[in-house]
Amino acid sequence: MILNASNFVKEVDGVFLFILGISLFLLVLITVLMVVFVIKFNRKRNPRSKNIKGNMALEIIWTVIPTLLVVGMFYYGWYGYKKMTAAPKDSFEINVTGRMWVWEFTYPNGRKTDTLVVPINKPIKLNLNSLDVNHSFFIPAFRIKKDVIPNKNNYLWFISNEVGVYDIACAEYCGLRHSYMYSKLYSLHQNEFEKWYGSVSDTVSLKTGK
Amino acid sequence: MTTLNVPINEGNGNHLDYLHSPKKYKGILNWILSTDHKKIGILYLISMLTFFSVGVFFGFLMRLELISPGKTIMEPQTYNQIFTLHGVIMIFLFIIPGLPAVFGNFFLPIMIGAKDVAFPRLNLFSWWLFITGGLVALISLFLPGGPADTGWTFYIPYSVRTSTNVIPALIGAFILGFSSILTGLNFITTIHRLRAPGMSWFKMPLFVWSLYATGWVQILATPIVGITLLLVAIERWFGVGIFDPSLGGDPILYQHLFWIYSHPAVYIMILPAMGVISEIIPVYARRTIFGYKFIAFSSLAIALFGSLVWAHHMFTVGMSDTAMWIFSLLTFLVAIPSAIKVFNWVSTLYKGSILLEPAMLFALSFIFNFTIGGFTGLMQGALALNIHIHDTSFIVAHFHYVMFGGTGFGIFAALHHWFPKMFGKMYNKKVAKLSWLFLFIGFQLLYFPLFIAGYLGMPRRYYDYLPEFHIWHFISTIGSWILITGLIIMFTNLIIALRKGAKAPANPWGGVTLEWSIQSPPTHENFEVIPVIENEPYDYSHFEEKEEIKN
Repeated sequence: MILNASNFVKEVDGVFLFILGISLFLLVLITVLMVVFVIKFNRKRNPRSKNIKGNMALEIIWTVIPTLLVVGMFYYGWYGYKKMTAAPKDSFEINVTGRMWVWEFTYPNGRKTDTLVVPINKPIKLNLNSLDVNHSFFIPAFRIKKDVIPNKNNYLWFISNEVGVYDIACAEYCGLRHSYMYSKLYSLHQNEFEKWYGSVSDTVSLKTGK
Repeated sequence: MTTLNVPINEGNGNHLDYLHSPKKYKGILNWILSTDHKKIGILYLISMLTFFSVGVFFGFLMRLELISPGKTIMEPQTYNQIFTLHGVIMIFLFIIPGLPAVFGNFFLPIMIGAKDVAFPRLNLFSWWLFITGGLVALISLFLPGGPADTGWTFYIPYSVRTSTNVIPALIGAFILGFSSILTGLNFITTIHRLRAPGMSWFKMPLFVWSLYATGWVQILATPIVGITLLLVAIERWFGVGIFDPSLGGDPILYQHLFWIYSHPAVYIMILPAMGVISEIIPVYARRTIFGYKFIAFSSLAIALFGSLVWAHHMFTVGMSDTAMWIFSLLTFLVAIPSAIKVFNWVSTLYKGSILLEPAMLFALSFIFNFTIGGFTGLMQGALALNIHIHDTSFIVAHFHYVMFGGTGFGIFAALHHWFPKMFGKMYNKKVAKLSWLFLFIGFQLLYFPLFIAGYLGMPRRYYDYLPEFHIWHFISTIGSWILITGLIIMFTNLIIALRKGAKAPANPWGGVTLEWSIQSPPTHENFEVIPVIENEPYDYSHFEEKEEIKN
């Protein structure tokens, strides 16, 4: 699962593993305690219960420690998110138009495609717009997503790190063929990309994308 | 005088119970015109379970469609309508009214030593609103165009553009909202005004505390759904651009208004279930609850913070950075009162004398499921991570862990705990435990794979999917069959008990709250003499085990 397809993968997977680790530890702790108590203090073994009304020290401990943990989680998540909003000024900008149920990509030179082709190791900024209903532009392998909403100028950006072909999905329900609103993202070496960008035909260099 | 160990009104069948007390009307009118809070509770129970079985059936069809990629049993349009119906029914007609309207109605007055709720007629009116709203929402099934295909969120602009019947569903939700507001108002007034002498706030059972917190959320948050609907109607009829971008409106404003209600609604769903767990654990562990005040106040804290986190459903719409971090931080803070509850429940098992009756099994699995649901909620609260898992099946798994694994199991726990009191009959405990086993295993198989598929990039509300997700969907569908088998065993067992079950004693589990001090089923007036409360709600220090409980 830990690949490095885009510049956000490490960040997002890092937050995930951080929270997952803490969660697993606490889940195991809670479950083991429940099972042990149920076995150790069952009616047969322990016919007389003891009425313990509470313990202030424990209450403070299990209020303060979770508070520190969640504030840590919050900060880690916020820190990673801030990078997602800060598109570098020298980004290569591509306009993305969503409509029921296709994506269309318009390049600075006026070229229009139905698949996204980008060079690796270069910040790419996608300006998102919808012609009809809400969509959401989602590249699972890159760990990024942004809603595509009519009359709202949303954007997202990324750096593709590895040559490859990736899925683009629509993540906001948009009707009949929502689950077929897929496209592909081709990450190419800079020179391959320029060859494609300057050519008329779509087919030549995309095959090499694999 | 102690209220708890010397039952005050324990009947030997000398008094007519509420099911047989003198009637004003005959047949069904005796029920649907009754202002007895217990009968209204049963009315809600029957209607809620009817809606639930319809919702389960739709869920079953969805899972069957998703067992393999491509078309299995239905067309995409049908699938889109079915997942919308599944959501609308389960949320508005099952989970929201589930605990407060059924068990709150039946037990809130009894647990505080009252003869009924503060406004019995208003209570009956609430049930009528509930049925009317439910039927209006379901009318769309039979209108040309068919039921809505928008998802239960009705997001604009799609809900404006679709040719399906969105308006009946919205009007239905509007009416159901009033039912919810009036029930909340009724409960809050009842808790303030009708507590028995001696029952101070900190002698109230924790289920009552949770209903109190829920009541405030119902009153304060629900009107917003009504206002939103009114705005949708104004937009449609007068062409004023409010939400629809083609009229110059803002679709994100709609999402804000929708979630300002619908997020607190999540707490309307979970808080009473937390109350049920707080009732059940002390009874089967035979000891007082650990950290009573912390559990009580955490309900209020959840209600307060839970009302301020709605925009965490919208982290991908493009909000300002300030809004993003505020809503993220508040979302994390809401986890703390929930964690406090879990730790106190687990501690209540310590040095108890535990008997694993069916209700206890459901309650303990509530804690397990809810903990998983809570932790995966933290993952979604973290902004960077939310961007990736938002609108994937990870979210679907998360809220089913909280709503079904949590509240659903809480409802099943409540049903097994209070069934003998409500109907005066005992069910087969072995079969009940067997049904729990099916439900627990089926549940994990059904929903856990969706976490994995979601993280790998499986979006939600998809009719079809890429081949790489097949294995997770396949396991999930198998899980749905095991889960449904469990439901069938459970309900068959309870229905058989209604017809042929042995007579239940007044206190089959050894509870010490007030409902166990009166006969099963209770009399029309609950208490012949209003009790005077001296003890704390879960005081087992003088408890003597009775022969009938020991088996």
